[in-house]
Amino acid sequence: MDLYQKYPIRLRINEQDREFDVESWVTLLDLLRERAGLTGTKKGCDHGQCGACTVLVDGKRVNSCLTLAVMQNGHEVTTIEGMAKGNELHPLQQAFIEQDAFQCGYCTPGQICSAAGLIAEGQARCRDDVRELMSGNLCRCGAYPQIARAVIQVMGIEEPDTKKEGFTTGAVLT
Amino acid sequence: MKPFAFSQPQDVDGVLALLASEGARPVAGGTNLLDLMKENVMSPTQLVDINLLGKAGLDKVEEADGGLRLGALARNADTAYHALVKERYPLLSSAILAGASPQLRNMATNGGNLLQRTRCVYFYDVGTPCNKREPGTGCPAKHGVNRQLAILGTSEQCIATHPSDMCVALRALDATVHVRGKGGERAIPFADFHRLPGDRPDLDSTLQPGELITHITVPDADRFRAHSAYIKVRDRLSYAFALVSVAAALDIDAGGTIRAARIALGGVAHKPWRVEEAEAALVGKATGEAAFEAAAERILQGARGYGQNDFKLVLARNAIVQALTTATRGTEHAQGKGNQQPNGERP
Ligand SMILES: Cc1cc2nc3c(=O)[nH]c(=O)nc-3n(C[C@H](O)[C@H](O)[C@H](O)COP(=O)(O)OP(=O)(O)OC[C@H]3O[C@@H](n4cnc5c(N)ncnc54)[C@H](O)[C@@H]3O)c2cc1C
Ligand code: SF4
Ligand code: FES
Ligand code: FES
Repeated sequence: MDLYQKYPIRLRINEQDREFDVESWVTLLDLLRERAGLTGTKKGCDHGQCGACTVLVDGKRVNSCLTLAVMQNGHEVTTIEGMAKGNELHPLQQAFIEQDAFQCGYCTPGQICSAAGLIAEGQARCRDDVRELMSGNLCRCGAYPQIARAVIQVMGIEEPDTKKEGFTTGAVLT
Repeated sequence: MKPFAFSQPQDVDGVLALLASEGARPVAGGTNLLDLMKENVMSPTQLVDINLLGKAGLDKVEEADGGLRLGALARNADTAYHALVKERYPLLSSAILAGASPQLRNMATNGGNLLQRTRCVYFYDVGTPCNKREPGTGCPAKHGVNRQLAILGTSEQCIATHPSDMCVALRALDATVHVRGKGGERAIPFADFHRLPGDRPDLDSTLQPGELITHITVPDADRFRAHSAYIKVRDRLSYAFALVSVAAALDIDAGGTIRAARIALGGVAHKPWRVEEAEAALVGKATGEAAFEAAAERILQGARGYGQNDFKLVLARNAIVQALTTATRGTEHAQGKGNQQPNGERP
């Protein structure tokens, strides 16, 4: 049993077919950043806790730090680099700019991929749903209100009365 | 991660053959195993990727014998949002959606969810002793950081909790875990699937080495459909493990008398905690705080704190009463509707 064996894999990344030879332990995140040259996807915690590494696999949002590249052989991956069509930004990218939804921008690629997944899943009906379903993406700059606003803008959900907006903290019993 | 060999068999027999060798482990979603491998808490020398079994039908959620059959490789998200589950098993749907994040639920599988390991901080830190990780080294949690840890069913050796939300609902719904090993198939009632720590805290479940979970079945739970609630209390509004959680389901007649009750707790023990005697005592009683408090008292009999987690004694009691009260009001997809509360209020 050769523990250092390399595995030939083929991925379709941002609509391009790519081939790699990877060791078993290479995560999808490390493959994207280190081998595919796509550094838009960020490594935050590397343990599934922050969402910075979120990409779409076969259209579904996942944490690329917690899956092996070799496990994704044959699948289709979309990263932040695959969002814009040429020079035309994805509506979410445009909305993030309009709503001032980022400060340092570190979490933004993951936030945008996650929001794209959220919209495709079709489970969110209101702003609170969006907040709950974006909860896998942490933002250390605290841009959450603007992020939620950017997402609901793209979804066409009505802007809530901003005066009622505020922070909710602590554990909540129903 | 330490180097390991990797394979991707096409069928269950292929998986079982590979799992027979020492150091081999199945990987499904990878959301717990790869995390633990990065921390060197687990270091299999061979990973057997079982995802191709999904194509062989192990990723299905379907009706079976009037109940539910959940494939081991069905994703947590697909299970929770499945029309059959949402409509007939709202308690299960809510519990799954209360766990982890959308990204993680898209990868996490039903089989893997059952076998996720404790989140005790010492277990995760290979620089500290821990009886669960390295039997015989001791348990620093008993006198240390134990805010998250157990108040029921603990032992001298370990006070860890099982972190799953889904399992709490499955326990309340009397699910059965179906496994296959070299010796054939076997069915394990949910109550017997997870273990208490005793003097073997390293063993989380009664699954034997080399065995594979193929699916989970849940019997018909129609009588609980109208009155169930999953309540999860945690340090932040979302995306955190439970301090205490309660899966409550009631069958109530038109006059408000309880015909049957199910109550299971998460975050309090090494396994989902359920006291059937307390449920039986509710039968024939009117719904309401008095009956619910008596049930909570019985369920928490023998509970003890270890310092930082003393507050759980009161929290668990209140959460039980609250869950039963919410269930009495009527089932809502509390978690499925985001963080909206069942009565439509903002938290
Ligand atoms: C940041 C974070 C937050 C989380 N929050 C929550 C939470 O709030 N609530 C909650 O319940 N969970 C939570 N989780 C845990 C998550 O739900 C589990 O990691 C997930 O369910 C495990 O499923 P998996 O398919 O990814 O398992 P894997 O990681 O692939 O496997 C887990 C274990 O099960 C074994 N295994 C997998 N499938 C089988 C099978 N069919 N037969 C035999 N053995 C098998 C593996 O060998 C491994 O030991 C969280 C995880 C993370 C990373
Ligand atoms: S509680 Fe259990 S898992 Fe935590 S340190 Fe003690 S033995 Fe280890
Ligand atoms: S880097 Fe993957 S979730 Fe943080
Ligand atoms: S904008 Fe800085 S982390 Fe989100």
